[in-house]
Amino acid sequence: MHSKRYEAVIGLEIHTQLTTRSKIFSGAATAFGAEPNRQVSWVDAALPGTLPVLNREAVACAIRFGLAVHGTIAPCSVFARKNYFYPDLPKGYQISQYERPVVSGGALTIRVGDGANAYQKTVHLTRAHLEEDAGKSLHEDFHGMSGIDLNRAGTPLLEIVSEPELHSAAEAVAYAKALHALVRWIGICDGNLQEGSFRVDANVSVRPRGATTLGTRREIKNLNSFRFLHQAIEYEIAWQIDQLESGRAIEQATVLFDPTKGETRVMRTKEEAHDYRYFPDPDLLPLVIPAEWIARERAALPELPQALAERFEASYGLSAHDAALIVSDKALADFFVATVEAAGVALAKPCANWLLVEVLGRLNKEERTIESAPVTPHQLAALVARVSDGTLSSTGGKQLLAAWWAGDTRSADELIDALALRQVNDTALLEQLVTEAIAANPKSVAEYRAGKEKALNAIVGAVMKASKGKANPQQVTELIRRALAS
Amino acid sequence: MAFTTEAIHRLAALARLALTDAEAEQMAHELDGVFALLDRLQAAPTDGVEPLAHPLELTQRLRDDAVTEPDRRDALMALAPLAENGLYLVPKVIES
Repeated sequence: MHSKRYEAVIGLEIHTQLTTRSKIFSGAATAFGAEPNRQVSWVDAALPGTLPVLNREAVACAIRFGLAVHGTIAPCSVFARKNYFYPDLPKGYQISQYERPVVSGGALTIRVGDGANAYQKTVHLTRAHLEEDAGKSLHEDFHGMSGIDLNRAGTPLLEIVSEPELHSAAEAVAYAKALHALVRWIGICDGNLQEGSFRVDANVSVRPRGATTLGTRREIKNLNSFRFLHQAIEYEIAWQIDQLESGRAIEQATVLFDPTKGETRVMRTKEEAHDYRYFPDPDLLPLVIPAEWIARERAALPELPQALAERFEASYGLSAHDAALIVSDKALADFFVATVEAAGVALAKPCANWLLVEVLGRLNKEERTIESAPVTPHQLAALVARVSDGTLSSTGGKQLLAAWWAGDTRSADELIDALALRQVNDTALLEQLVTEAIAANPKSVAEYRAGKEKALNAIVGAVMKASKGKANPQQVTELIRRALAS
Repeated sequence: MAFTTEAIHRLAALARLALTDAEAEQMAHELDGVFALLDRLQAAPTDGVEPLAHPLELTQRLRDDAVTEPDRRDALMALAPLAENGLYLVPKVIES
């Protein structure tokens, strides 16, 4: 591989469907999954004489996004016609924004990678603009014809364009995920990738490391999963480097990713590129957003993920990794905040550990989300409190969680008694078990006395086993140390 | 400026219009006339003038986000030459 001599340059264009009830320019419904063509008004079908009227909530979504990324919200922006012919676009043009988008600038801080190699990066945004979605073409066989469903035509989109500042598939995915979390966080998009609510186009080019001009780019269209985004960019970077190394020039093109083959293939070249002939749409007047409206949206905005993560680190003592993980999802962050409220700030760290390791572990295994977790924040808080005051060992805590997971509705204290989970703190009994364990493990005792600290674990383990997990491991360790020191 | 018939054919292709060479020549001649008018407009001094997005000095009215439109499928589908299972049928076009 020659990848060390080349640098990839990637910018993403992400189409997010906004969570309005009705379409951006008509009063037809936007709900997903309706029977074909049941949600199409005269406007969406482009009947002559109809006129678009802009949806206030779609504009509010754009304002909220602009505020969340600290971009500039245009006091006056303009809708333009993007002209092209396609059967799922009844008007022969898409209403979009071109020269004066509703949001420009702004930035998003992302966290790339894991563990010791993780790093933060600020990605700048070029713009975000409002536009309407097109309908859907179905190319299954209808006697050699295509079927057209216009339900999606006119669904509001916010297209979010990043600067070409990403340099690897990992960075592109981290950015896309951060943006996905943010639009869900502020409630402007449901983020459902399968239903096409969040669609990514990636502009990819490579250049010799140290070069200041950009290489020729190819645009990968319509990636609807983070895994495909990663695979497609990795493939595209390797392919482009290979072309350059073989002395071939890259031709500007739009490509599609084929997930079954793991390859990109050319959809159209520069010569075939669309000439959209944008011009201001005479059917729509300039969109004016007064400062008071922006102030109202700002006041209604929830605390943003990055600020919340910083608060978790500063006030709760969480690691950057744990804080970032918790704010990657609004529902998870809400669950955590509710747990800490019930357990007390002093227990925030064990709350995070139990939530991220035990609860998320179980959810991930069952491919469920936090919304469907069988435990409540109050239950988790009670569990953490009982582990931290010594009533439960961590094994007992896991058994308690398992009981709730299986549908038991009794309280923590009721279950601790009913299932006999109470940790054994009876020193006389523990001393008895320790004496037995020392006698049964002469090899570990000898190793420990010879200076091998780890040999102690085997003896602690024997006591824990004999107590059926109910002994307090710290206390056991202390008792063994004392017994072996004498 | 003088329009070539090549440029006219390119524009016609973008607008999905079928023009004969004679029509293209006629069109080139007419557009030359239109562009002569535009050249006069271009000559107007516009330094420091904000581009005009719309000739009416009004701003966009907004509507509340409410579903107000009923299902119009039967009425719209009655206008279509071909439909099946609630879908409009068109000649197969794979994005090219």
